Amino acid sequence: MARRRSLPHRLTVTGFAWIAALLIFFPILWMVVTSFKTELEAFSTPPKFLFFQWTTENYAEVQERSNYFGFALNSILLSVGSAIAGLLVAVPAAWAMAFAPGKRTKDLLMWMLSTKMMPGVGVLVPIYLIFRDLGLLDARLGIGFVLFMMNLPILVWMLYTYFKEIPGEILEAARMDGATLWQEVVHVLTPMAVPGIASTLLLNIILAWNEAFWTLNLTSSKAAPLTVFIASYSSPEGLFWAKLSAASTLAIAPILVLGWFSQRQLVRGLTFGAVK
Amino acid sequence: MLRRAGSPPLGLWDATPMATRQTTLLARAMVAPSVILLFLWMIVPLGMTIWFSFLRYSLLEGRGDFVGLFNYEYFLTDPAFFTAFLNTLLLVGAVLAITVIGGTGVALLMDQPVFGQGVLRLMVIAPFFVMPTVSALVWKNLLMHPVSGLFAWLARSVGAEPVDWFAQAPLFSVILIVAWQWMPFAALIILTALQSLDEEQKEAAEMDGAPPISYFVWIVLPHIARAITVVVLIETIFLLSVFAEIFVTTNGGPGLATTNIAFLVYAQGLLQFDVGGASAGGIVAVVLANIVAVFLMRMIGRNLEG
Repeated sequence: MARRRSLPHRLTVTGFAWIAALLIFFPILWMVVTSFKTELEAFSTPPKFLFFQWTTENYAEVQERSNYFGFALNSILLSVGSAIAGLLVAVPAAWAMAFAPGKRTKDLLMWMLSTKMMPGVGVLVPIYLIFRDLGLLDARLGIGFVLFMMNLPILVWMLYTYFKEIPGEILEAARMDGATLWQEVVHVLTPMAVPGIASTLLLNIILAWNEAFWTLNLTSSKAAPLTVFIASYSSPEGLFWAKLSAASTLAIAPILVLGWFSQRQLVRGLTFGAVK
Repeated sequence: MLRRAGSPPLGLWDATPMATRQTTLLARAMVAPSVILLFLWMIVPLGMTIWFSFLRYSLLEGRGDFVGLFNYEYFLTDPAFFTAFLNTLLLVGAVLAITVIGGTGVALLMDQPVFGQGVLRLMVIAPFFVMPTVSALVWKNLLMHPVSGLFAWLARSVGAEPVDWFAQAPLFSVILIVAWQWMPFAALIILTALQSLDEEQKEAAEMDGAPPISYFVWIVLPHIARAITVVVLIETIFLLSVFAEIFVTTNGGPGLATTNIAFLVYAQGLLQFDVGGASAGGIVAVVLANIVAVFLMRMIGRNLEG
């Protein structure tokens, strides 16, 4: 921003901005700090901010007592798997709609978007019954398919907006130079499309990782991801704050890192291109 | 331009009529899997929900008679529905107000030339990536616990009586948690819009010595109005079906104090085994969401033209 301002002004604004950001970030920070306390100190009043016996025993215990790795593995398999499966279906569709639009392409895109507007509870009961009859309750295949379908419209949309940005002139130039169709696709189009595909993949992994309506309703243990694992800490006998914090930190850390890398794509993906 | 909608299909390959027909076919084949899958995903369960909503159907006793609109009558006249409807409105309205106002404030701050902008951005966006079950439990226990929570300690240290959040103000507590999760989203999108504000316009306002308030009202606000609308519409779609936060903190209670429509449908179907009633409730939820969706779709559709 080019508004020329004096240093004192800049310092004041910086102060306010940091206060606001710290307030927003504080619950996460507090959770991480608590995860390094003993259970006793986690409950202590007045709360201890820095000066306590730092320990990593909660992390060790989360692994030992509960099958943390099992849940984490499910989270990874489900989010990555559903996102990649989604790409396989969505890339050709978005590609065709961007480069060979027909009369109804726009209507089709809008219709796909509309499927995303349907609230989960509208179809919860039939999906639950179908899954029960097919033996897909608490099965990776079942919940994975739901996550795949949830994100398919977002995938197609994001990819479409990325593909639309590939300039046609480049293709013409390649053709002038005598490139065949195959060469055009492999050497010109694909390299330009890869960044868009990668960030689409990233955002969809994040969305699937954090999805909590379907995972809570359709899985319980075998196929359950971390969302369900953390929810099990809500029962009164499971109220161990330090362990809850350690498990939570482990559950959100990978996605927080991925998320920070994909902020820009987040805006595009979640607004369906309405804000870029 | 090759790719503008309305231009003849595909200039990508050679544009002889033959090739065009082939590519059209190819394009259809490429789009077909997505369309067929989404169509089935939408129409089969939705059709079943509509069908079930006209039946007497219990998870325990199995499918029963056709009862017409009885389930709708039952669901809509149930006092629980009115409470849940009101809670849904309060939840959506309050979270929207907090996130849009707070998000605009944060975005305005972040748009200033502050030190450490990159780090600030990371901190502000972080809550959005926290899974709902984690944020709900961290808030409920570590912060809002009436005895050992941080808020209770803060209250005591200024001599006030600690609030028992989930007993005294259950819906407000849920609102607070959900608002915390969605504020980064609002801030990020409004910030994106702010950053596209014309530099010259800013400088012109500066030259004219426009006071900050009128600068905001007459130049900034109109510029970010569209982004705010998008935030409101998209958040509404998601907020209408808030579930996990309620599920792990209050289970809809105490009483019905934090039951929204999404949770009521879940409780009716999977806790009380009333498939017919839950289906009718599900259809009501779909109708409500569609009212918002129509506006959102229109905005996005307009953008697609440009």
